[in-house]
Amino acid sequence: MLIKYKRKSEIKPSEITPRSIFFNRRKFIQTATIAGGISILPNFFISSFASNRVKLSNFKKTSFGKVEKLTTYEAITNYNNFYEFGTGKSDPARNAHVFKPEPWTLEVAGFAKKTGKFDLDDLVRQHQLQERIYRLRCVEAWSMVIPWVGIPLVDIIKRFEPDSKAKFVAFETLVDEEQMPGQKNRSLDWPYVEGLRMDEAMHPLTILAVGVYGERMPNQNGAPIRLVVPWKYGFKSIKSIVKISFVDKKPPTTWNIQAPNEYGFYSNVNPNVDHPRWSQKSERRISGEGGFGAIFTPRIETKFLNGYAAEVASLYKGMDLKKFY
Amino acid sequence: MQFAKTNYRKFLKTLVFILSLAPLVWLLFSILSDTFLGTKIMTANPVQKLDRELGDWGLIFIILSLSIRPSAEILNFPGLIVYRRMLGLFAFFYVCLHVLSYVTLNLQLNFDALLEDIIKRNFITVGIVAFIFMIPLAVTSTKTMIKWIGGRRWQLLHFLIYPIVLMAVWHFFMMVRADFSRPIVYLTIIIVLLCYRFWSRLRKINKNS
Repeated sequence: MLIKYKRKSEIKPSEITPRSIFFNRRKFIQTATIAGGISILPNFFISSFASNRVKLSNFKKTSFGKVEKLTTYEAITNYNNFYEFGTGKSDPARNAHVFKPEPWTLEVAGFAKKTGKFDLDDLVRQHQLQERIYRLRCVEAWSMVIPWVGIPLVDIIKRFEPDSKAKFVAFETLVDEEQMPGQKNRSLDWPYVEGLRMDEAMHPLTILAVGVYGERMPNQNGAPIRLVVPWKYGFKSIKSIVKISFVDKKPPTTWNIQAPNEYGFYSNVNPNVDHPRWSQKSERRISGEGGFGAIFTPRIETKFLNGYAAEVASLYKGMDLKKFY
Repeated sequence: MQFAKTNYRKFLKTLVFILSLAPLVWLLFSILSDTFLGTKIMTANPVQKLDRELGDWGLIFIILSLSIRPSAEILNFPGLIVYRRMLGLFAFFYVCLHVLSYVTLNLQLNFDALLEDIIKRNFITVGIVAFIFMIPLAVTSTKTMIKWIGGRRWQLLHFLIYPIVLMAVWHFFMMVRADFSRPIVYLTIIIVLLCYRFWSRLRKINKNS
């Protein structure tokens, strides 16, 4: 069922760069590098070429999105914060090949009628996949525009029939040092945990994503299933989820544990609330273009709730967002 | 014989000079390659990468210049001292590029944002102070300046490099979000160097008394 309601951030189909252009571009780059006679060196850095990519069938295009240009597949899959695979931006693309996203079991626990362990494929198969083009704003003041493929979280939540005691939803990432070598390093407290208030989780903008660019989710982007909450800083969108719990108290969240004065539970994108160590007023939009093109791209202003205020501002009515950052 | 020795020294100095430029050449090559060949050596966010790399090299060169004297003493190779000034100036060079890239490429010459950063963000404040402290050291690095100031006072002034290197590594610590492994490595080396200096100082005093 298509949920119809007013979306200020709607994208015109004409604004979406056709996939073929992106792939032609990649091909062009590949040809150019080889022609340039230094094929060994650059290909070493472009690891996505080697990955096994799988197209998703039967997903529905939607009008979600914004007038901005999409970030390239290559940038989305090679510039990641995913400490489970290393703390460097290029580490996830380099190290995530040892990860096995299939088969995958999702555990559901807490205040709900239907709890237990579920095979992810069985679960996803029962829903219509849809494409959602969302802005992703990282707390580090860079952003991307990403065509996710997924399912509204609310549809999945309803399947488990949470009861009235369920006030929050808690999420947990896999812990497995063999598959996630970055976990050998105690850079964060594993497992990575995140949480949403029930109304945030049930909001139609919140999705569980299983793919990008019409393809199965790459390992370095949170395969096989990850959360996407477009109006919150990227770290709220937890990756490689193994457990969802319906709880009655505000659940702990990883970055909040790490530095409570810097990362709050809400972590809504907000240009008026600075990170203690840098301003959140503006951001650098990553297009996928490298070198001078990226260097001389002007910074853009960050929008309140990442430009989704029309849809989600009502969730925070009456709340002091400086206090509940 | 004498001629050969001077030539050899000149050659070594040129070699050190070229090696010290290598990080910059590599960064420039990477940016050009990313621009014209479509590689992604500097990642999809080259400004952040460039900022980090330049800062890293600035700190590395400060540490290198600090390690010259202990190395010369331990290896009993006093000739090493001639490279100290060059390495110190390269440290200043990379720190200047680091500040320049932050102000022009990262903040895109938004001076309001710069002022706000300097006042409100501790890690920027500490970084800027360390940078400002480096200026007099760089300016007084010539032979004429040393003579003009006087060796004793010059030494006293250049003692500033210790607070500078500590501020630089502190700046790094405050910038990091979770993975402290790199600043910890740098700090460990700095502490070892400081301990060595302290120890050799004590030994000298004991000898003299």
